[in-house]
Amino acid sequence: MDSIKLHYDVPGDDFTRAGAASSDVKRNLKQLGVSPNVIRNVSIAMYEGEINMVIHAGGGWIDVEITEEEILVTLADEGPGIDNLELAMKEGYSTAPDNIRCLGFGAGMGLPNIKKYTDDFRIETEVGKGTTLYLKVNIE
Amino acid sequence: MKVNELIEKLSLEVLCEGDTDNEITGCYSGDLLSWVMSKAKEGDVWLTVMGNINAIAVAVLCDCACIILTDKAALDEEAKNKAELQGVTVLRSEKSAYELSVEISRLI
Repeated sequence: MDSIKLHYDVPGDDFTRAGAASSDVKRNLKQLGVSPNVIRNVSIAMYEGEINMVIHAGGGWIDVEITEEEILVTLADEGPGIDNLELAMKEGYSTAPDNIRCLGFGAGMGLPNIKKYTDDFRIETEVGKGTTLYLKVNIE
Repeated sequence: MKVNELIEKLSLEVLCEGDTDNEITGCYSGDLLSWVMSKAKEGDVWLTVMGNINAIAVAVLCDCACIILTDKAALDEEAKNKAELQGVTVLRSEKSAYELSVEISRLI
């Protein structure tokens, strides 16, 4: 099978559309017959990344590549970058403002959840320049 | 137990009717969405007061059997539209998450 490539633009500050990309990837993976566990892992990791872009970075873009062996997801933004990556990776640490917490986010579980649900996870971030996340989930 | 049986047994208000044939295999209670995504399992009834559009997205991602808004919490219009679009069943009760958890535990 040739790899399948998908691209999504994520608008900033638009919670009504947040999750659209992860839902679409979920639908595609279902059609391809990928196991429910893998679909769930990719969808959750992607949704966390998508929400982070909306909350912190004013949007961004997502590239997804599906091969026979793995699903690769790149989430990139030109937001403020992450000042302290070690703290950001800690469960419970959050810089989300109160209005975001009222929506049910800001539990400080975003990046830890992404790490938990992926087989490989790498972050490149620079303050003032932006953040790029590289995720890989193996297809069982 | 299926969602439609739960609706009847607990006299739940139906705010949005999705696939009520979904089988219920468990229950999870929580309002922090990332926490729910991390812990809720496929087939769970999700008890929450979060009636916004993001809660619908989380229910879809986690393959929850249905959402029950506890304590008569409100469902946003936007969320209702998205739930209809995505086929998510959203129910409501005057009871608390604790009361509902106990009752669901006895039923499933």
